[in-house]
Amino acid sequence: MREKILTFIEKNSRIDLKELAVILGVDETAVMNELESMEREGIICGYHTLINWDKAGVEKVTALIEVRVTPQRGMGFDKVAERIYNYPEVNSVYLISGGFDLMVTLEGKTLREISQFVTDKLSTLDQVLSTKTNFILKKYKDHGTIMAAKSKDERIMMA
Amino acid sequence: MRNPLSKTITTIEPSGIRKFFDIVSEMENAISLGVGEPDFDTPWHIRDEGIYSLEKGRTFYTSNAGLKELKIEISKFLDRRYGLKYDYNKELFVTVGGSEAIDVAMRTMLDPGDEVLIPQPSYVSYLPCCVLANGTPVIIELKAEDDFRLTPEELEAAITPRTKLLVLPFPNNPTGAVMERKDLEGIAEVIEKHDLFVLSDEIYSELTYLENHVSIASLPGMKERTIVINGFSKSHAMTGWRLGYACGPEIIIKQMLKIHQFAIMCAPTTSQYAAVEALRNGDEDVSLMREEYNGRRRYVLKRFQEMGLSCFEPFGAFYAFPCIKEFGMTSEEFANQLLQSKKVAVVPGTAFGDSGEGFIRISYAYSLDDLKVALGRVEEFVTELREKR
Repeated sequence: MREKILTFIEKNSRIDLKELAVILGVDETAVMNELESMEREGIICGYHTLINWDKAGVEKVTALIEVRVTPQRGMGFDKVAERIYNYPEVNSVYLISGGFDLMVTLEGKTLREISQFVTDKLSTLDQVLSTKTNFILKKYKDHGTIMAAKSKDERIMMA
Repeated sequence: MRNPLSKTITTIEPSGIRKFFDIVSEMENAISLGVGEPDFDTPWHIRDEGIYSLEKGRTFYTSNAGLKELKIEISKFLDRRYGLKYDYNKELFVTVGGSEAIDVAMRTMLDPGDEVLIPQPSYVSYLPCCVLANGTPVIIELKAEDDFRLTPEELEAAITPRTKLLVLPFPNNPTGAVMERKDLEGIAEVIEKHDLFVLSDEIYSELTYLENHVSIASLPGMKERTIVINGFSKSHAMTGWRLGYACGPEIIIKQMLKIHQFAIMCAPTTSQYAAVEALRNGDEDVSLMREEYNGRRRYVLKRFQEMGLSCFEPFGAFYAFPCIKEFGMTSEEFANQLLQSKKVAVVPGTAFGDSGEGFIRISYAYSLDDLKVALGRVEEFVTELREKR
């Protein structure tokens, strides 16, 4: 049941509990209990809103930064990752296989704000060997959702 | 001038659904629960394969019976999903939707005066196709108290010495009824006893919510007597691609192919290439869509229960068929008033035969958000009707 609940609310976290129970064909209290325990266990880490900031007319700049670092003895990449993810402007930090080590996504108001973060905070960390900053120009799809306008229902009543 | 029309065609009534649609499309803010096709787009990898085939210039006819790769995939699919074993070379061919297969099967199997048993409520084309093939349609009225399943007794009672063919439309449009193995076993016995044939329209076979679909052709002795019709429209959300298939004994398929060859030539080539991809890599898409429909199905039934509309539990397709007899009006009056006063379009049960009187067809091939709004309006409507009485 957990997987079913998670699969559903991953796409629609605002659904009413009663409705969710009906849709999954299970008891409402059971759904509530599962949700609570999954929140407690840290399986459900938060409920967020997916926003198309472009449409809202709010200036935002997002950058994907490839970071090469020196892992530390006994701690691998965890320690340096922690130093990076603790900055509130950092959106996500992933350990990556391949040509670099950490993928850091960063959101800021301006290009300048982001470049300042990279030059002042990120590059100056002892373990950081190099950074490569990629700015996002346009978001076509985010979190499985296509940003373009929804097409209207063109089906006709046949049979 | 002489009358340009044949006597047969002028006796056939046009389908009753379209006139509702015309009103709906003129109306602002109207919500429809009337559409009989999936709301999902065809999965992208399938569309992509169609596009790719065009890019490669595969724009020629295929052989009459269809692409060999596709026929092989269809035969494998029928085996893995329903345990049906058909020789791709001799016992099946690809059609322009299930609709063509219905027409061609009737024309292949009927002589003037042969009686065709058509259970109703059911899809609108069996009766006209039978008439156009010079057959005599005999209606079997299915009953709500049997959950709109066909019983051996009803079948037995409708058989005469002229009966040749039974149309078996399950999972059913418009009721959502299914026939389980035990139900089919009773039917098969009667079919064998009276030496009849079956036209089994299984276009909704991938959309069942109780257990896996059972094809009557998989029962002992029935493969020789059955034409199975299926296709991609409902299972893979591919209605506009117009692609289906017919399977059956070689002796019948061989003759059906003649009509197909002379009337149609072959099914659309692009669609056939896309369908190969659908069958090779599409099982996961189908099960995701099935799961989604099933959630909506439960939601719709719960809402009917809350508004006190009696509705048997449908285990197939994407329709519910609630009863509206308590309001003392015909299905058509109900649907008309619902449309005029609440701007919700549903299809009156009578569009699928006289035995649909007292019922309406609700399609849940709509997003949950649409269903919520539309059913909210239906609830207001029935509450107001009850207050008036």
